[in-house]
Amino acid sequence: MSFISDSSAASQGVTVSSATPGDFIALMKPRVMSLVIFTALTGILIAPTPVNPIIGFASLLAIAVGAGASGALNMWFDSDIDAVMRRTRNRPIPAGRVTRQEALTFGLVLAVLSVFTLGFVANWAAAALLAFTIFFYVAIYTMQLKRSTPQNIVIGGAAGAFPPMVGALAATGHLSLASVSLFAIIFVWTPPHFWALALVKADDFARAGIPMLPNVKGADRTRRDILLYSLVLAPVGLTPWLMGFASPVYGVLAFALGALFLFHAVRVYLVRDGEQANRFAMRMFGFSILYLSLLFAEIVGERALALALPAMSKSLSMPW
Amino acid sequence: MVSPLPIDKKPEGIRLTTAQEKSRRQRNVAIGLAIGLFVLLVYVVTIVKLGPAVLDRPL
Repeated sequence: MSFISDSSAASQGVTVSSATPGDFIALMKPRVMSLVIFTALTGILIAPTPVNPIIGFASLLAIAVGAGASGALNMWFDSDIDAVMRRTRNRPIPAGRVTRQEALTFGLVLAVLSVFTLGFVANWAAAALLAFTIFFYVAIYTMQLKRSTPQNIVIGGAAGAFPPMVGALAATGHLSLASVSLFAIIFVWTPPHFWALALVKADDFARAGIPMLPNVKGADRTRRDILLYSLVLAPVGLTPWLMGFASPVYGVLAFALGALFLFHAVRVYLVRDGEQANRFAMRMFGFSILYLSLLFAEIVGERALALALPAMSKSLSMPW
Repeated sequence: MVSPLPIDKKPEGIRLTTAQEKSRRQRNVAIGLAIGLFVLLVYVVTIVKLGPAVLDRPL
């Protein structure tokens, strides 16, 4: 036996992690997570009776960690295609900072922890829906739909739409029509939001072999479908007001934002060539994020205000 | 066959680079903080759910 003179990990064929905490935070897709936190918070706040703030906060934290688990498991499975797309090749796994095994372990630990924490903190119905959401995003969307059908984002979009329902379930213990309405908004919003990006990044998706709608059915069909979904989204965005759990202020805002969303969709539909076509598609992508953020922010704002000023909730005739 | 180690020479094992040691320290701190916050969360939620009389029970 001889002693190894070079005792570095690499020379001995051993992998030693050099991942920083920031890499693990990146695995959780913090931008997606922030949208999940925001929409789940809306689900918690539309509860007819206010939930204890500590229980609400802890539930929100569990849902956020569940979203982070989904992100990590998505990056574990998709590391091969992430490596070939410009948009994703600097993610921790393709960049070589985190191994696939680390991401898988991290994702599974977070998934189990988040589900059991939500069950303990809120209720087991909410925990079950959170578990189903993680399963749907990882096993149905990431492992199946994403690589096999151009409708991937239509069906897979449900995973991103569940958080308000999980939030509402955590707060009340039962599913309300109000939370289903929030689910519907995100569900119908997701396809035009992603297809606007896919129009511009079609080459990237094609290189990775992902059958996004523009690659499979063509840009014209994608522009038509963006317009059709936007036509459905505009009235669906009004449902919180029509159902009476958001104020007329929300109704006016949703009407104006819905009209602007349609304006962007029409422009993407009409302008099909040159740099301007790409610019309009990216503007629509950017606006779609603003659209969803403002709608949910309005509901969060008026609910928070009504909690602070109970008299206001009566004057707005809100069904508390 | 395993030969005995010389008494004056201890096995070196794997020697980490400075960057690997730094990132390991950062990960340890992050895991410690996360566990600490989780314990605090469980404690606070238990008090909220069961009330301050959680320890006041018949023996």
